[in-house]
Amino acid sequence: MSDLLEVDNLGKRFGGFVALENIALSVRAGERLGLIGPNGSGKSTLVNCICGTLRNEQGSVRFDGRVIDGLPAHARTRLGLARSFQLPRPFVSLNLMDNVRIPLLYTVAARGAHHAAAAVDDHCHRLLREVGLEAKARHLPRDLTQVEMRKLELARAMAAEPKLLIADEAMAGLTHSEIEDILTLLVRLNEQGVTVILIEHIMRAVMSFSRRLVVLVSGRKIADGNPEEVMRDPEVERAYLGQ
Amino acid sequence: MRSIPFLLLSLVVGAAAFAGAMQLGNDYIFFAGYVVLQYIVLSTAWNILGGYCGYVNFGTAGFFALGAYSTVAIYQLIEANEFPHLVPLPVLILIGGAISGVVGFGMGYLTLRLRGAFFAIATLALAVVLETLVVNWDFVGGSRGAYIIRPETIGPFGSYVKYLALLMLLLAVAALNVARLIERSRLGYGFATIRDDELAAEAAGVPTLRLKLIATTISGALMGMAGAPFPYYIGYLQPDSTFGLDYAVNSIAMPLIGGTTSWVGPLIGAILLGSLQQIITVTISSAVNLLIVGGLLVFFVVVAPNGILGLVHKYLQRKPDDFVGRRRTDLETPAAAAAPDAAPGTPP
Repeated sequence: MSDLLEVDNLGKRFGGFVALENIALSVRAGERLGLIGPNGSGKSTLVNCICGTLRNEQGSVRFDGRVIDGLPAHARTRLGLARSFQLPRPFVSLNLMDNVRIPLLYTVAARGAHHAAAAVDDHCHRLLREVGLEAKARHLPRDLTQVEMRKLELARAMAAEPKLLIADEAMAGLTHSEIEDILTLLVRLNEQGVTVILIEHIMRAVMSFSRRLVVLVSGRKIADGNPEEVMRDPEVERAYLGQ
Repeated sequence: MRSIPFLLLSLVVGAAAFAGAMQLGNDYIFFAGYVVLQYIVLSTAWNILGGYCGYVNFGTAGFFALGAYSTVAIYQLIEANEFPHLVPLPVLILIGGAISGVVGFGMGYLTLRLRGAFFAIATLALAVVLETLVVNWDFVGGSRGAYIIRPETIGPFGSYVKYLALLMLLLAVAALNVARLIERSRLGYGFATIRDDELAAEAAGVPTLRLKLIATTISGALMGMAGAPFPYYIGYLQPDSTFGLDYAVNSIAMPLIGGTTSWVGPLIGAILLGSLQQIITVTISSAVNLLIVGGLLVFFVVVAPNGILGLVHKYLQRKPDDFVGRRRTDLETPAAAAAPDAAPGTPP
């Protein structure tokens, strides 16, 4: 299979602080990739550079065979690169239906597929049903619990019908059974053909989900490969457990 | 209701109001009505940017005056010489709208990266810059002001002020239809996401910059259109009052009092506050106006932060089934509270 995402020699600084340095990463279509690293290692910065929220000063990102450097975030979403945010950022004044309606209107419809209003409604309901939020379709996000908020975040990312979904700490602060819920969702999505990058601190979730594991430490990639092998890597152990 | 029936209905309501006013046989009703209608246009225009997108524009007076002075400029250019009133008012309105639309686009472009108070200050600065330009531009009268000699009567209407009121009525109907159309379209959803969270909007595929430019352009154009016939209404245009604070304050206060999330809000606010001001001007004094606006604004911010529409919504939502829904949410809250709210942060 060809590479869906190719990050080449990517670098990002904040003033004098080097957040990312020479990151090279390629993700094949259909993969389940785990991305881990201690706090402050640059995971979210990498996501932000890939998704266009931040601009990388160095290196380049290719997605689906085309260089996307310089493209604004919304254009990348339209190409099929969706993300969920680490802290859920729902549209607070819109109900859940309309929250998932936005990406439908602005990405799927913008790609040329014409949707009648009723078809869009159906689609929104289906998305909410998939994440188990259909009963609250007419509620505002403030009525949701933490786990529901994460599910909404995922539903909104899924609504853009992405080729690649980056889930940025979608499970932080959730209970065991809630984590299972979200994992099931992500696996199902992957089985439907969506490539998933999972960024997570909860190792149990990462190890059960990922087929490949990438470790970032202080803005550098220190390991990349089979999850079990990566976890046995002495450098990774050192980064996580200290010497 | 779909857009075309709504357009027809609003035209019928407008025609009925106009016919009703004709029956009174007193020109004052048109004189006062013009101002209220003008505020419907201004507050609806303000709300497209301020209410839908969440960008507070303090420069309403600037756009309004731009429309007014474009009329003066054209009047000086061709009309004052040989051909009085050669260019019909509707054309002047379109020209005024086009000019302020362009300036609105420019303002949007220059202030794209500003939010909140910074954006508001930038728009206020724009109005000050425009005023300085006009004061120093002799062609449109400079600080002395400019006279527009309007015809006494026009065609079938009799007095000219009736004609002006009718034009403003049509403009108000147009503005409300535009606002309502935006609200129910993809554009309206996009504007709402800009108001809520621009970063999340971008991630959802919304081209926020382009949408903001569309909003500043439409909003500016409508404000300019409201200003274009003003010289004909007032007869003597003077920079101080044309760039007056009243326009900025009223066009913010009216949507806030009515409710900013829907086209109905600015309409209610403008009718209430606009008529109140007209009544007070006649019965007490015009100087009390701003005091009344300030007082009402404080009252609404404290009592009904979402305006009259918010109050109505709150009242409608006190249905029994919703009460059950709320209790169910309450039951779920402990579970949510047990989970730490903030994820372990990952600083860049």
